[in-house]
Amino acid sequence: MAKKIYGSAAEALDGLLFDGMFIAAGGFGLCGIPENLISAIVANGAKDLTIASNNAGVDDFGLGLLLQTRQVKKMLSSYVGENDTFMQQYLSGELELEFNPQGTLAERMRAGGAGIPGFYTKTGVGTVIAEGKEVKNFDGQDYILERGIVADLSIVKAWKADETGNCIFRKTARNFNPPAAMCGKTCVVEVEEIVPTGSLDPDLIHLPGIYVNRLIKGDHEKRIEQRTVRAA
Amino acid sequence: MPWDRNEMAARAAQELQDGWYVNLGIGIPTLVSNYIPDGIEVTLQSENGMLGMGPFPTEDEIDADLINAGKQTITELPQTAYFDSATSFGMIRGGKIAMAILGAMEVAENGDLANWMIPGKLVKGMGGAMDLVAGVGRVVVIMDHANKKGESKLLKECTLPLTGKSVVDRIITGLGVFDIVEGGLKVVELAPEVDMEMVNSMTEATLV
Repeated sequence: MAKKIYGSAAEALDGLLFDGMFIAAGGFGLCGIPENLISAIVANGAKDLTIASNNAGVDDFGLGLLLQTRQVKKMLSSYVGENDTFMQQYLSGELELEFNPQGTLAERMRAGGAGIPGFYTKTGVGTVIAEGKEVKNFDGQDYILERGIVADLSIVKAWKADETGNCIFRKTARNFNPPAAMCGKTCVVEVEEIVPTGSLDPDLIHLPGIYVNRLIKGDHEKRIEQRTVRAA
Repeated sequence: MPWDRNEMAARAAQELQDGWYVNLGIGIPTLVSNYIPDGIEVTLQSENGMLGMGPFPTEDEIDADLINAGKQTITELPQTAYFDSATSFGMIRGGKIAMAILGAMEVAENGDLANWMIPGKLVKGMGGAMDLVAGVGRVVVIMDHANKKGESKLLKECTLPLTGKSVVDRIITGLGVFDIVEGGLKVVELAPEVDMEMVNSMTEATLV
């Protein structure tokens, strides 16, 4: 079997990056984001990127790093608060933004990866999201046509993977990672631990290795955006 | 006295029914979980991929892999289940969530909701709000009755970009509880010492 494990994020991305490409990224806020792969794309310098990701990171972490270096041309996101760099570039017209409702974005990725080029949803009917989209009535209810996403590259963060790329995620760090992984023509995954094949329970695999082309073990800062506690 | 934020949340908690799966929005709706009545068990959904959301963690329990949709650290419960975002919005869009309690900037008398964007000013995004209002069984809005300028947030028509069209079922403000019915808003309940004169003077929407 062809080897999927690479020594570093830069090696894992070698030959995959080009200007103007379309990348799908996993993560919700700063939770479950592919930190190592983002840093490697910053270092590579590929520009005019279109990125589908629920959020755009914060100013100095996550996808915000790619905004600082002005490598991003367009974002497909559902929520971009908490990021001044984003706001400045968007308001000055440097950065394009296509708002997608969160569930529509997730389903666009899932559908694209599942060979479904479009689907009808009631999300956004009667709002600006519906502008320019086909409306179809099913059983008395209006739905709009949304397109599946197929990205040039998926960048994903999982908790553990075996050597064949079978992945498991941890708690809410799963979020957009499986659908993002599914929709890429090529998918690169970074994990906290690579375990021997056979040591993960086959019944508990969240993302089968068929979706994973390249794999690295990364180091993760796992920054917390809103540290909220109760008294002990 | 009109209800304060906590009293509004406590009133909203009376909407919950035993066994329901519920999604609470960011802000005042989050406070509703502090007032769930005795004998009522509800499971809170967090749309980033969790059912069975527990309380905020102690300092020792903080886990960067465990956050809610407001990106706050939280905890799990014995009945917690995790899933990916596509599955999460599958259960939302598919009508499996009984009720969503959300904040709003404006609500119109036909149930139109605006809570995601102020053109030229606030560009943050709708997050999961459009999916929630389109998919869940019942939509309850908690919000102040008037904005900071003292203008009614219960309108004949929304002026801001919509989150959903004819999606709101009930509104809870500091002044009382209002249902969207044929022809306008029906007063269901008034906060203590609030009378119809006060409600009429502070409401643009048609009251029926």
